[in-house]
Amino acid sequence: MNEISPPKEERSAALSGLGTSRKRVEDARFTQGKGNYVDDIKLPGMLFGDFVRSPYAHARVKSINTEKAMAVPGVHAVLTAADLEPLSLHWMPTLAGDKQMVLADGKVLFQAQEVAFVVADDRYAAADGVAAVEVEYEELPVIVDPFKAEVDGAPILREDIADQKEGAHGPRRHPNHIFTWESGDREATQAVLEQADVVAEEMIYYHRTHPCPLETCGSVASMDKVNGKLTVWGTFQAPHAVRTVASLISGIAEHNIRIISPDIGGGFGNKVGVYPGYVCSIVASIVTGVPVKWVEDRSDNLMATAFARDYWMKGRISATKDGKITALHCHTTADHGAFDACADPTKFPAGFMNICTGSYDIPTAYLAVDGIYTNKAPGGVAYRCSFRVTEAAYFIERMIEVLAIKLNMDAAELRSKNFIKKEQFPYQSALGWEYDSGDYHTGWEKALKAVGYEDLRKEQAERVEAFKRGETRKLLGIGLSHFTEIVGAGPVKNCDILGLGMFDSCEIRIHPTGSAIARLGTISQGQGHATTFAQILASEIGIPAEDITLEEGDTDTAPYGLGTYGSRSTPVAGAATAMAGRKIRAKAQMIAAYLLEVHDNDLEWDVDRFVVKGSPERFKTMKEIAFASYNQAIPGVEPGLEAVSYYDPPNMTYPFGSYVCVMEIDVDTGTTEIRQVFALDDCGTRINPMIIEGQVHGGLTEALAIAMGQEIAYDEKGNVTTGTLMDFFIPTAVETPNYQTDYTVTPSPHHPIGAKGVGESPNVGGVPAFSNAVHDAFRAFGLTQTHMPHDHWRIWKTAESLGLHD
Amino acid sequence: MVPGAFSYHRPDTIDGVVSLLGEWGDDARVIAGGHSLIPVMKQRLTDISQLIDLAGVDALKGISIDGDTVTIGAMTTQHELITSGTLHEVAPIIREASLQIADPQVRYVGTIGGNVANGDPANDMPGLMQTIDAKYHLAGPNGERTVAARDFYEAAYFTAREEDEILTSISFVAKKGGYAYEKQKRKIGDYATAAAGVLLSMDDGVCSSASIALTNLSDTPVYCDAAVEVLVGSSVDDNSITKAVKAAVEASDPVADTRGPVDFKKYVAGVIVKRAIQSAKTRV
Amino acid sequence: MEKMHIKMTVNGKNVDLLTEPRTLLIHALREELGITGPHVGCSSSHCGACTIDMNGMSVKSCSVFAAQADGAEITTIEGLGTPDALHVLQEMFKEHHGLQCGYCTPGMITRAYRLLQENPTPTEEEVRFGIAGNLCRCTGYQNIVKAILEAATKMNEMKESA
Repeated sequence: MNEISPPKEERSAALSGLGTSRKRVEDARFTQGKGNYVDDIKLPGMLFGDFVRSPYAHARVKSINTEKAMAVPGVHAVLTAADLEPLSLHWMPTLAGDKQMVLADGKVLFQAQEVAFVVADDRYAAADGVAAVEVEYEELPVIVDPFKAEVDGAPILREDIADQKEGAHGPRRHPNHIFTWESGDREATQAVLEQADVVAEEMIYYHRTHPCPLETCGSVASMDKVNGKLTVWGTFQAPHAVRTVASLISGIAEHNIRIISPDIGGGFGNKVGVYPGYVCSIVASIVTGVPVKWVEDRSDNLMATAFARDYWMKGRISATKDGKITALHCHTTADHGAFDACADPTKFPAGFMNICTGSYDIPTAYLAVDGIYTNKAPGGVAYRCSFRVTEAAYFIERMIEVLAIKLNMDAAELRSKNFIKKEQFPYQSALGWEYDSGDYHTGWEKALKAVGYEDLRKEQAERVEAFKRGETRKLLGIGLSHFTEIVGAGPVKNCDILGLGMFDSCEIRIHPTGSAIARLGTISQGQGHATTFAQILASEIGIPAEDITLEEGDTDTAPYGLGTYGSRSTPVAGAATAMAGRKIRAKAQMIAAYLLEVHDNDLEWDVDRFVVKGSPERFKTMKEIAFASYNQAIPGVEPGLEAVSYYDPPNMTYPFGSYVCVMEIDVDTGTTEIRQVFALDDCGTRINPMIIEGQVHGGLTEALAIAMGQEIAYDEKGNVTTGTLMDFFIPTAVETPNYQTDYTVTPSPHHPIGAKGVGESPNVGGVPAFSNAVHDAFRAFGLTQTHMPHDHWRIWKTAESLGLHD
Repeated sequence: MVPGAFSYHRPDTIDGVVSLLGEWGDDARVIAGGHSLIPVMKQRLTDISQLIDLAGVDALKGISIDGDTVTIGAMTTQHELITSGTLHEVAPIIREASLQIADPQVRYVGTIGGNVANGDPANDMPGLMQTIDAKYHLAGPNGERTVAARDFYEAAYFTAREEDEILTSISFVAKKGGYAYEKQKRKIGDYATAAAGVLLSMDDGVCSSASIALTNLSDTPVYCDAAVEVLVGSSVDDNSITKAVKAAVEASDPVADTRGPVDFKKYVAGVIVKRAIQSAKTRV
Repeated sequence: MEKMHIKMTVNGKNVDLLTEPRTLLIHALREELGITGPHVGCSSSHCGACTIDMNGMSVKSCSVFAAQADGAEITTIEGLGTPDALHVLQEMFKEHHGLQCGYCTPGMITRAYRLLQENPTPTEEEVRFGIAGNLCRCTGYQNIVKAILEAATKMNEMKESA
């Protein structure tokens, strides 16, 4: 024990801990085609299931004849609601306190709804079986406009609850009404608006779209009758919650159910809920006694799995003459489709929509959300955002622009004037949230400087003049966006999914030779948890990240957690990881004290070892301590070195950012060209800068898609018109620009490592940036609002309506 | 989504193909690159019990240039069209159009025959073939015949080709002069919102010949006689271009779809034709 | 339905398949040969996740019948490198964080491989155009493009020093 430790920097670097751009451990298998996704799973005797789906948006099912289908070679079974009814599985609970049909029970309520489940030898025979099932439908009138759902004579969609005047979230005023949810002070807000100097009013629509991960949803269910155990592999963003729900609805005891989320090819919120396909594959496995696989195709995914958004947000915002905001009023009509399958914490049927005061110090505000049933797919989910946060951010970032127009003010200046100031944090918003930390002005100024904002405005003004002179047909738009997100759900006292508190967990076991295995209650779908959470641990316990195996997704081994969505993994499971690491270190300190024959307090932690204070040559590394924990009999200390933490976050976290998009618009063709995208994010402590940047690129690209053309569109008969990737816009590498990213760091005061989460920020901040660029280009010609998506024909229509053609 | 069952044939001569078509009639379909047909078969929108793969018929391949006559085998892929240096020298409009079709993978496998023969109004090659005044060579039980591209298209998915005939090759006389294939689309790989092919030759500042055809702006490609008449004999100045564009737009009959409503498409058609003419003029 | 006998060479190995004519090549590879690198991401031939290299061409294997691939020489992601000797594209995708969920990655790298055979010194624009048949939902393409460009540089350096 005569050597001195190598330098701190060297030992820190060897850990690849917090703050390093560690290369990903996942890449080895993915770049070699050795990922293990649901559709890669092949079990002996496995059958394949596929759905008969409704061509109609609203119809009675008069009869289902399965005789011909059963005669198709290779078909083993055809399940209908009648077969599921004895198991009480023909309906299932949704995450929003509603229930939805697993298979059509008397009627269908949206196009592509599941009607029957054909189980066959392989997907070809299953498809043949599906084509042979004969269903007799009687069409019913369709509702696709939520504003027509409660008019006289509107057809009743949900006959199963038609008489229920109380819904899961309070009184229902009409059979097609789901809930009304309120936040804030209606009277006070009304009073301020009435007295205000300036009021701007606008209907802001965030259109219906879909998370569309590249891998569709699927499951392989295997009921082992010998051992009485059900195993289900599936595209589950919340495997433990699925296990508990599966137990409750199937009656199979929870310890006899094992849910495994293998590699998942993107989630983005699409894979949070439970779909009929999962339930049917489970029932089919029980009925046939062999494993049953269900993997949907892309059209099924777009047309029948949970949509996102579809919020009509009527806003009124008031301000003083010189631009100080005094009140905000928002009334939202939420189109939920045929079943309210919104993936929200139970007490929040409109998610965290009440973050809609955004980044601004607004003293008085009120929000009301009406949920409405229509003949569309059920939902909605948080597509790369926290619950309804994209809607809220889009709403306020549009209202700011609308107000700026009313005040004849620069929109950047209006924002700056109203930002919550650094000194005001933690900040109590008028709608009830305590924002943990923020420094909006610093990032904002940095962003404006980086894009040369003043010069851009000059260029824009000159361009307007040139346009009016007939010298150009292109307009220039500068899209501004400053978002504040609320992520990391959440404190158990007010956040639960179907009664399961939204804590999360980490369990670590250190091996004798100094490497470790950790398991979390979350599940990566591309975010790189196996790489990044090992980094958190490495910094906490002084073992190199590459010596820590990190697993998720198997409910038999992973500690209970609520999964990955809403950017919650870093805020909640990341915190649990740090806390578990600290428990390890606390025990390690006791072991080191014993080995060094000193008192616990005589030791100090130094990167990867405990050193005796004042005697740098006397230390024990975590590696040495690990082995000692397995071979020393230490009084009062159990053998082994292991810890678990279940973390109940005291608050959500509030990442924020400043985004600017510069866009050229050709008014004659409606085409756009993105000249520049600058995105500055503050996610608090940054675990892996390389991965953060990747998340920002990806989120911005999804935002670009949403703002500029991606939609789930219906015609008046409820037919989906964007059900394939021909019409559902996913940009290629050609449409996607290069992004410039930057950051500030304002740690979260309540998080053990100050981290806030970042995965979804770029989608939340990006959509307003792109949309505001389009609006801004036409501002000089009188435009206040045009609904997304801003595809060619809609931009052209805007130019047409402003008289810019001839 | 997977297709229904069928029997597979892979003849190695044109006669072999024709004879199979004769034998099976309505139940049979030929497959070229397959990237139009297979997606449709997957959705079970067709009833094909006999699939005849043309890939084994060598006589359908090859690009040959004899003087100024170019002959392209029906099974020539977009990739082969693009990478043929000799073809590009005499008819650069083909590469320009072909690069705007679909994506690299589809272009490796998609054929010119597959693109022109089935009458899909969204495909780019039909309008292009009308622009260059190509002739389609058909083979059937009664022998061979030739139909001009400008006479070939009757309605969406209805062409002059009989069920028992196949397209064997396409030929055209290569013209020197300006050219352009302009296409507006929602993204790379999409069909045209509006597209136009233009050929233009000028003699001493006067237009001696012109050719304009539109893609995906009607249920067939649209060869714009009236627009051509305006240009020929003119100096292709702004005034004549405006008149020609107006005539071309009048000849179009677009349908509303997810790309946009009719008024939008007509307006964009005008912009595209204008840009195509202007571009062709710079390359004269 | 009657099955047909199809012979192919896949990743250097001769394979013999007995399958229905309607079996799509992607399913023949994944289900019957256990080659699960190429993935299914759509049903309309748009996404490119199923991209393989067939007879020197980048091909969407979801839009080809196995029957059409009789006699073909096929390379999938599994054939592009070995765990001990990765292809430089595989190394650069890791180096530049050109993947996240990994689902588009086999098709993307397989396409990039052929792209660099077609054009060993592409510009950024040419790379973007060259991978326009491969969709990615996670990365926003920026790092994929970086990875391909650096792979090109390295491959050219290796050729020069050889």
